[in-house]
Amino acid sequence: MKFTIGWLKEHLDTQKKDNELIEKLTDIGLEVESFENLSSGLDSFKVAKIINAEQHPNADRLRICDVDIGLDNTVKVVCGAQNAKKDLLTIYAGPGSIIPKNNMKLSVSKIRGVTSYGMLCSESELNLSNESEGITELPTGKYSNKIGKNFFKSNTEKSVDLSITPNRPDCLGVRGIARDLAAAGVGKLKKISLNNIKNNGSQKIKVSITKDKNQGCTVFGSCLIEGVTNKESPKWLKEKIISLGQKPISAIVDITNYVMLDLNRPLHAYDADKIDKEIIVRNSKKGETFEALDNKEYKLGDDMCVISDKSGVLGLGGIIGGTRSGTEINTKNILLESAYFIPRSIRKTSKLLNIDTDAKFRFERGIDPQSIELGLSKAAELISEICGGKISNFDIQQTDKHEKNKIKFNVSLFEKITGFKVNDNEIIKILIDLGFEVSKEKFELDLKIPTWRPDITQPIDIVEEIVRIKGYENIETLQPEKTKIKDTLNTQQKLFHFLQRSVASKGYFETVTWSFTDSKINKLFKENLKEIKIVNPISSDLDVLRNSIFTNLTFYLKKNLDRGFKDISLFEIGPIFKDSRPGEQSTVIGAIKSGKVSRLNWNEKDRIVDVFDVKKDVIQTLVEAGYDRQSFFVRDKSPSYYHPGKSGSVYLDKDEIHPVAYFGEIHPNILKKLDIKTEGLVGFEIYMDYLKENKIKLKDLKTNFEYSDYQKSERDFAFVVDKNFKAQDLIEIISSIDKNLIRSIKIFDIYEGENIPQDKKSIALNVTIQSSDKTLEESDLEKINKLIITTVETKSGAKIRS
Amino acid sequence: MSDIKKIKDDYLNRLNNDLNIESLNQIKTELFGKNGKISNYFKKLGSLPTDERKKFASDLNSIKNELQVKIDSKLQEIEIKEINSKLENEKVDVTLPEREFSRGKIHPVSQVIDEISSIFSEIGFSVEEGPDIENEHYNFTSLNTPDNHPARDMHDTFYLDNNKELLLRTHTSPVQVRTMLNGKPPFKIIAPGRTYRSDSDQTHSPMFHQVEGLHIDKDINMGHLKGCLNYFIKSFFEVDKIKMRFRPSHFPFTEPSAEVDIGYEIKDGKIVIGEGDKWLEILGCGMVHPNVLKNVKVNPDKYQGYAFGIGIDRLGMLKYGINDLRAFFETDYRWLNHFGFDPLDVPSNYRGLSR
Repeated sequence: MKFTIGWLKEHLDTQKKDNELIEKLTDIGLEVESFENLSSGLDSFKVAKIINAEQHPNADRLRICDVDIGLDNTVKVVCGAQNAKKDLLTIYAGPGSIIPKNNMKLSVSKIRGVTSYGMLCSESELNLSNESEGITELPTGKYSNKIGKNFFKSNTEKSVDLSITPNRPDCLGVRGIARDLAAAGVGKLKKISLNNIKNNGSQKIKVSITKDKNQGCTVFGSCLIEGVTNKESPKWLKEKIISLGQKPISAIVDITNYVMLDLNRPLHAYDADKIDKEIIVRNSKKGETFEALDNKEYKLGDDMCVISDKSGVLGLGGIIGGTRSGTEINTKNILLESAYFIPRSIRKTSKLLNIDTDAKFRFERGIDPQSIELGLSKAAELISEICGGKISNFDIQQTDKHEKNKIKFNVSLFEKITGFKVNDNEIIKILIDLGFEVSKEKFELDLKIPTWRPDITQPIDIVEEIVRIKGYENIETLQPEKTKIKDTLNTQQKLFHFLQRSVASKGYFETVTWSFTDSKINKLFKENLKEIKIVNPISSDLDVLRNSIFTNLTFYLKKNLDRGFKDISLFEIGPIFKDSRPGEQSTVIGAIKSGKVSRLNWNEKDRIVDVFDVKKDVIQTLVEAGYDRQSFFVRDKSPSYYHPGKSGSVYLDKDEIHPVAYFGEIHPNILKKLDIKTEGLVGFEIYMDYLKENKIKLKDLKTNFEYSDYQKSERDFAFVVDKNFKAQDLIEIISSIDKNLIRSIKIFDIYEGENIPQDKKSIALNVTIQSSDKTLEESDLEKINKLIITTVETKSGAKIRS
Repeated sequence: MSDIKKIKDDYLNRLNNDLNIESLNQIKTELFGKNGKISNYFKKLGSLPTDERKKFASDLNSIKNELQVKIDSKLQEIEIKEINSKLENEKVDVTLPEREFSRGKIHPVSQVIDEISSIFSEIGFSVEEGPDIENEHYNFTSLNTPDNHPARDMHDTFYLDNNKELLLRTHTSPVQVRTMLNGKPPFKIIAPGRTYRSDSDQTHSPMFHQVEGLHIDKDINMGHLKGCLNYFIKSFFEVDKIKMRFRPSHFPFTEPSAEVDIGYEIKDGKIVIGEGDKWLEILGCGMVHPNVLKNVKVNPDKYQGYAFGIGIDRLGMLKYGINDLRAFFETDYRWLNHFGFDPLDVPSNYRGLSR
């Protein structure tokens, strides 16, 4: 909402300075977006006096002048005018000034070796006259005491731009703003002065509002003005329209716009001669069309509120008029409309037709239904003043009286909500100034709400009115209490934060990417999840919600590879989406790693990242989070975007249905499809939803400290097994032989090749044996040794390697 | 006696010379070997008269010990010497680079969320979450923003169906609703998370982060709201004093509503929070609207309180001098490395929020 200070003062009697008004606006909730001079730039021209003028050493025609511009020190200006002499009063323009004649911007510059700070101006340069010979000579009498003052009177208007919140339609008019300011104590709201306009005769065009279901219009006021001469608006009106950044069109249009901006009272002017017999306000029928003032043809649906005549639709009430009945410069007779349209109806229609107009914006927020006549009077008065014409009586059709709503307000609610007290008389004064009718009962105020405040419906709204006018600075700052109702984080949240930092501590950079992604990339990772389309995506390559973290990770990996990075480790922890209903999402960690380990390292040989790098990261992360490595179970099944032979899934326990993690090399086809060029790409995913809470709490786990001081022994074995036999199974067979004695099993070699049949491999392991209650003797060890060999051989078909 | 005394003196003398390990072994053999000089005296002990034997045995033992101690110390001396001379050939260039280590980073958004959670934890708030996909009821209607409300236009919403029933939440406020529906007052929660609006330019990104705050109890008023936010902002920016301004504003789900500005100034091209004569809007807040409380089955005559919503990314930008919002989500390795945090830097009350 834009307006000028001058315009504001037409409604507000105030002595306050502009800045105080501006500050007050913000304090009462009318946020000032900008406050600026409409035509700025003329402030930089100052009355100045030449103190000394001497010949320029390098140029005959130039002089160097010491100029008094009202500051402590004089400034040096190089000047070419012959009349630049000592004691002359003239006009000085400092660096940064823009010369009106040629729009040249001045800067400090060297003229033939002497620095000149600004310029002394001729009358023609300032568009004062055509006199271009020499600099301006100001009369001493008038200007000798004005040195340093602005030469141009700042009669320039200052304009204010407010950001009006949707609950305050009343402040979409200058008067509403003035009323708020008056209530806040910075002035008095002036009475609206209407010169008595003479209404002659009845309004001859019949108006009716039909009793349609959900009729969007409840009041339709009109008057006929006959014999007008439409023309260009007078200067004052044009300036007003221009000052708000709008374009003057013709007096009639400008006047209706002016009244709308002044009183937030939208009006519409019809060329009365183009109306076919009568005005009917009714619901539209599907298929009706009309050409609107934006020169577009609209096809209407059922039940839109239209203003029509016998021939059809003239306009959409409260939204936009039609070309058929629009006023033109040769319009002679006009019908002026001032009506009330129901916000809901306006919003529905404008949404369906996708129309946004100034009128729509206002009606949608709620126009004062009791401003019908005021609007007609004000506009009719201006039209007859400017365009002449005879004004008819006002014709008001209405289906709803729009009486003032009433509420009871218990004064104690104010302190209860705001924490501070305002005495009753002050409360009453504020409310009266805002336009409320107040009558005081014992503890309650009976309030009649002004009709321009559709936002006020209940007592809390009254609290807001009082506190914003009184000032938020009156609210005390109370020290927060530290009482806790609940733990800060629940188990799952703690786990989230732990895993996040655990993964990062393994060298991964955390990233945060969009929850949406490119459907083409998503297809590569979605498996059997449902694709979730966004109806109105921000761009066509962010058109679906991601089914996997890998979609965006691989996309951005490629970008970083393209930047020249090779060894990249990235992860993200966040949502993936399974369906389009609330809650159908899972929290997943996705991590990828590309390139090599120990690249260009002087003491370690480099190698390409592989599946066991990510297996280490995923297992270590889970172990750090408190899960028991001993019960993990790894399967070689994984989603299709992993390398089928070099990937797997981790289960917290052999019996679990859902894996908590996948890890492995990314499928080479994916790299090809995404055009990712890297020596190696591996990744892992952890599904937080399947990470169960640890049953044993740390405080219980820690108390149970057991250890054995008896001698431990180590034995090495090598078993020859089928090539596809899994090491995990071998370890399980051995460890289950005697959980008490077998403390750890380490695989230290895998061998295939010479001396081993082609379809076999040799697994060499080291077993640590220790008892908790005695030192094992050689015979005990021999016994367990044999047991290990026979058990493995019978259970796995392996052979001990001799 | 004098014989063995002489042997002792001779050998002590020899042992005082520079010896290598071979000559020391030679001496050992000469003294204590099978036919060593001292060994031989021990052999002779039995043949001595009883009265002499005792005295001689004692002398012999003491001489033996003396020599033995000397030999042991000499041996240690030689060994140390040998180690030292060996070490002289073992020098490496320690200025060569260490073995490779990798250092991960925590994204600024995550770090800031942890900072925020840590601060609010101190004053008794717990953390709640809600789904990213919401239905229009939770995102708008239950928050006193019915379908025909113009405030809906202020949120450019991503929709997931043509009926505009399912959407990506435009703010974290629906978590308020879900929390209150699922529990009983009092409520004292924050809810950080992802939010979405179909808006993209230099200062807007289609996804961003908000933290919602909600405190409902019997007597929570605007003074508590002011106090809470004042405490938070001071703690977050790690300053002792903060200039704050509460301005009336409008949100459908709070009443009275306010926007909060903080004072700042530009010093040496950098933004300094807390002082100065410029204002920066950082959050919206207010007293939870009675209609919202009714919608979540909380009696507004008994309970009242405040709610607020803060842009997390923006807070991070201000605190850590990040200029471009969109860079948060572009995964530029250089950016992540520069603005990311060490995973061990966990913001906490006792260790401080940041280094």
